[in-house]
Amino acid sequence: MIHIDLTDQPIDVLAALRSVEADGAGAINTFIGTVRNKSTGRPVVRLEYEAYDSMALHQLRKVAEQAAEQWPMVEKITVIHRKGTLHIGDVAVVVAVSTPHRAESFAACQYIIDTLKQVVTIWKKEFYEDGDVWVAAHP
Amino acid sequence: MNLKIALFGIAREIVGQPTLEVSAPEGQSAQGLLQSLHARYPELARLSSLAVAVNNEYAAEDTPLQERDEIALIPPVSGG
Repeated sequence: MIHIDLTDQPIDVLAALRSVEADGAGAINTFIGTVRNKSTGRPVVRLEYEAYDSMALHQLRKVAEQAAEQWPMVEKITVIHRKGTLHIGDVAVVVAVSTPHRAESFAACQYIIDTLKQVVTIWKKEFYEDGDVWVAAHP
Repeated sequence: MNLKIALFGIAREIVGQPTLEVSAPEGQSAQGLLQSLHARYPELARLSSLAVAVNNEYAAEDTPLQERDEIALIPPVSGG
């Protein structure tokens, strides 16, 4: 029911969506996080994600389990996160949730992406034409 | 006791290596470890946050560390 992955290969978004299909699901809600071309006004050339793999997978599963506990009608959850070098437009993360009705899939999907960003041990380094910075590292 | 600590992201860059071995008093807490590392690498203290993870879980400040634990320093995460 819960599928988690951390990969250095491009994410197959369609396969991620299909993975949450369920006969009892009338709703599939998906969040797709992509790499944008600027950050705080600076043009971004590319970025790199680094992960503490074992803890990231453990925490991702925990976040998905928390969502399934909070919204017990959840049918299936898939969360896939990239690591390595990504370019503008690449898919960095996919969260897909299926539920009988839409309200719960919206809510569970948002909970998962918001919580992921707070606790999962993945770090993003943005590269600009004139330098680079670890995102959120400093106040 | 000797603690082996895994470093990631900006913490790895500040320390200049992917792992760090430190000798610590028995029962050293997560908070105590952070204090000794802040003294050794003042740049670590300038981060927005720095957590200690033990065996893939975030550790509370008073969590006692043990030699066989998998310990990691967690600078501010930025996935998604």
